[in-house]
Amino acid sequence: MDVFLKPWPWFVSGPLIAMTMALLILMGKRFGMSSNLRTLCTLVGADRVVGFFKFDWRTQRWNLWVALGVAIGGFLAKNYLILDDTVHINEKSIKKLGSLGFESAGKTYMPVELFHGDALSNPKVWAILLVGGFLVGFGARYAGGCTSGHAISGLSNLQLPSLIAVIGFFVGGLVMVHLLFPLLF
Amino acid sequence: MKIIFYILIGIFFGIVLFKSEAASWFRIYEMFLFDSFHMYGIIGSALVSGILFIHWVKQSKPKSFFGDEIAIAAKERSFLRYAIGGIFFGLGWALAGACPGPMYVLVGAGYWPIVMVLFGALLGTFVYGLLQKQLRH
Repeated sequence: MDVFLKPWPWFVSGPLIAMTMALLILMGKRFGMSSNLRTLCTLVGADRVVGFFKFDWRTQRWNLWVALGVAIGGFLAKNYLILDDTVHINEKSIKKLGSLGFESAGKTYMPVELFHGDALSNPKVWAILLVGGFLVGFGARYAGGCTSGHAISGLSNLQLPSLIAVIGFFVGGLVMVHLLFPLLF
Repeated sequence: MKIIFYILIGIFFGIVLFKSEAASWFRIYEMFLFDSFHMYGIIGSALVSGILFIHWVKQSKPKSFFGDEIAIAAKERSFLRYAIGGIFFGLGWALAGACPGPMYVLVGAGYWPIVMVLFGALLGTFVYGLLQKQLRH
């Protein structure tokens, strides 16, 4: 039980993520989390303005149920399935984050400087969260998928387009962390 | 009835994302610094299992749980959209520290500022739809 309540190692987590994809494929569906963003846009009326959102959202309803489940899973894991959710990242990363002003590195699950409710009193935090989300949403649709759709589903199917997308994910991530973080934080 | 299965699969995935720490902003930062094997191990072992599963599906052509044919679609051929879209996505992934799956996890876990990230992601999706015809793919 103790092992279960501790953070799960990579060699357990990775195959379980693949199992999620496998279950969805055996349900006759596909594994892709960012498609829900398009469906949600349609649900709030984006289809009245832009053709891209004109589709029968009911065909994607199943994926919204998956996303709801994912949120419930997050609630259950956070509240009942973990003893101590401190994320013990590498000391080198902790030092670098410390020099950028992230005092919570190595002490919490998420940086309190960005994800504690109080952080929202700082307009800069608003901008960072909004822009970060914007790039994820825009990039995922432009590239036709996100980590689940390309890095897991697409690469599992040995798709060259997904390899290009995943290399793009890393180019973008490396530029952000190495070149832009020192300017932003 | 099927709805319950979708919700259960989602719950399973949400628990895995939280418990593996793949939903932690810190793990994404650490990954892009190459300071730990953890995230590479998760993605790598997911891939090995995934490749074996897809290979099995193609070889033995199992029916779905509901008796239907299983079709695994190939991605449309192109370079630009994947390269440019991918870079935009990566910039956001590192900044927000979350891709779409973990966003839903963190909403459930009660890290409320993630709602701003999710709102940004919806906005980004909308703007893509708006500009789709002008963008090169």
